[in-house]
Amino acid sequence: MTDATQNTGAVAPKSSLHTLDARTKRRNAAESRFKFYGMVAIGIGLLMLVTLLTTILSKGTGAFTQTFVTMEVELLETKLDKTGARDLEKIKKVTTFGYAPLIKTAFEKTVEAHGIETDLKSKAMAKILSKSAASQLRNYVIANPDQIGQTIEFRFLANSRVDGYMKGRVTRDSIANDKNITPAQLDFVDQLIAVGALKKTFNIDFIIGADASDQRPEAAGIGVAMMGSLFMMLVVLALALPIGVAASIYLEEFAPKNWITDIIEVNISNLAAVPSIVFGILGLAVFINYMHLPQSAPLVGGLVLTLMTLPTIIISTRAALKAVPPSIRDAALGVGASKMQAVFHHVLPLAAPGILTGTIIGLAQALGETAPLLLIGMIGFIASNMPETVGEGLLSPNSAMPAQIYEWAKRADPAFYERAWGGIIILLIFLISMNTLAVLLRRRFERRW
Amino acid sequence: MYDTEKLATDVNQTETKISARNVQVYYGDTHAIKDVNVDIDAKAVTAFIGPSGCGKSTFLRCINRMNDTIDVCRVEGDIKIDGEDIYDKRVDPVQLRAKVGMVFQKPNPFPKSIYDNIAYGPRIHGLAKNKADLDEIVEKSLRRGAIWNEVKDRLHAPGTGLSGGQQQRLCIARAVATEPEVLLMDEPCSALDPIATAQVEELIDELRDQYSVVIVTHSMQQAARVSQKTAFFHLGNLVEYGDTSQIFTTPQDERTESYITGRIG
Repeated sequence: MTDATQNTGAVAPKSSLHTLDARTKRRNAAESRFKFYGMVAIGIGLLMLVTLLTTILSKGTGAFTQTFVTMEVELLETKLDKTGARDLEKIKKVTTFGYAPLIKTAFEKTVEAHGIETDLKSKAMAKILSKSAASQLRNYVIANPDQIGQTIEFRFLANSRVDGYMKGRVTRDSIANDKNITPAQLDFVDQLIAVGALKKTFNIDFIIGADASDQRPEAAGIGVAMMGSLFMMLVVLALALPIGVAASIYLEEFAPKNWITDIIEVNISNLAAVPSIVFGILGLAVFINYMHLPQSAPLVGGLVLTLMTLPTIIISTRAALKAVPPSIRDAALGVGASKMQAVFHHVLPLAAPGILTGTIIGLAQALGETAPLLLIGMIGFIASNMPETVGEGLLSPNSAMPAQIYEWAKRADPAFYERAWGGIIILLIFLISMNTLAVLLRRRFERRW
Repeated sequence: MYDTEKLATDVNQTETKISARNVQVYYGDTHAIKDVNVDIDAKAVTAFIGPSGCGKSTFLRCINRMNDTIDVCRVEGDIKIDGEDIYDKRVDPVQLRAKVGMVFQKPNPFPKSIYDNIAYGPRIHGLAKNKADLDEIVEKSLRRGAIWNEVKDRLHAPGTGLSGGQQQRLCIARAVATEPEVLLMDEPCSALDPIATAQVEELIDELRDQYSVVIVTHSMQQAARVSQKTAFFHLGNLVEYGDTSQIFTTPQDERTESYITGRIG
């Protein structure tokens, strides 16, 4: 009919193209409304993201700096090694308590050297240091017994109140009821700042160090928990990737399609939605209570997270395999390749980017998982030393990054709270880099067919 | 029924390569191929024509057991190649497919180099003893696929970078690289332009002196141009089978006549 109209040219158009009819107007209005809703939705999302990131950054960056007091300490032979024999066993007998006087003396000397006027007793001065100061001295002496008798410059952690004062968290008003610090000590801190003995600097120990007890938030670091997470991820990667990929290849390419495989399929999808804490209790029952694997060990954590990650990997691998066009399989079978050759020579390489992406996403999910770790004892445990061997890394008790963050967040001291935010920054950096890696791998290996 | 024993090769005497008897194919509950009997000549081109959904491709895929890959598909009856039942329990479909090559409707080169596309079949079947052997097979196959001159300078470029017609000839070259005896072609020109189609048709005609070619096509002109025998399928039945010239000039069945004159289809 349209053709006829055009051909004859006799029938004049009913309406001008320059005026919109009511229907078109409504349609256009609906479209612009929809676009507006979409933009609002994205705007809200972005706002949330910006809020989240700024909150995390503003609260967490403080954890990466720490206040230190630099002083010269004379390692008095009379206090540390009365016999002068440099017998390590004897030196070890001097407890941290025995080192306290050295620190007090060091403060007195510092005050004298810089001409600081203060009414504080040396004991009160020493209190601005972390409780770890004495053990830091002791560790140094035990490691270097030949240094006894020398005067050496040490950098001590200030305690969390002083650190908080430097970061603006603690003020003279807020410490009115605080037993741990007095306004006079803060005055002393100001004086130390003035002479350059007390400084806030970048604190690598937060990133590489171990967690510390409730009393010493200033000494706590996330490094050991990071190793715990690393070993768990190794376990997850070593188990979930081969098992998941093999299971998906079998289900997708070889298994007959019948009610049994249907049930398996449905169950895998359901497993992906099972709350992670359920996997935790399963891990507790099977790996710890039944198999007697060590508690709090990254091996067990890794096994539990493997169970949790498997459905994710299987689902994404199957999706990747499904996305390979059937014509490639036909082509391979057509030249006389066996089913397995078709899959391994042609389908799998094409599905690899998808599989890798799925695996990395699964790993990232596992890295951030906390709930199952609650049940296998990886929370609340203070790992004080870096694992030295792979076996130790897998089997000795440890924590994991999210567990460590949770642990810090629930402790009373606000200094721990700051470290929780700092830990979140580190965790997010890991997650973002893993996701970036996934995207890059995808780009790098993606091929068209 | 033809005698499946080898007959003395005479110019006028054709020998039967594939013989199908009472072939039924079911897709689940659908009876897709009904009681097909056909004898396909060696060293000749046989065309299967018929409207969409008539079962010609399904029947073609029975000849190299590609239907095995479809779970719900069931094949009954006998299909014999050189007198051997290919649905016998002892037959490994993988071995069969090396003997019965296939070219698909859409060009489907592997996303690998042109060289690797051709070399893949010979490699997995162990046809080449060494690199030089393999190089020779690749060159021979590409020449037979009438594409050698176009790709000889870029054997290591990806096969997917070729034009549609070149890709299809590459696929034909890939199919002949494994030295098959039968070549099945499932609408090989449906995705190609007329020039590429003409090249592929010319190639099919050349392939006839070495292989039994079975081609499924929608185009009756193509069937008339390239084939010596034509089979007309309709609604799962083999309606008529005979010399191409006879089918197109004096069809015996009413339905064949309707189809080739364009009344049904």
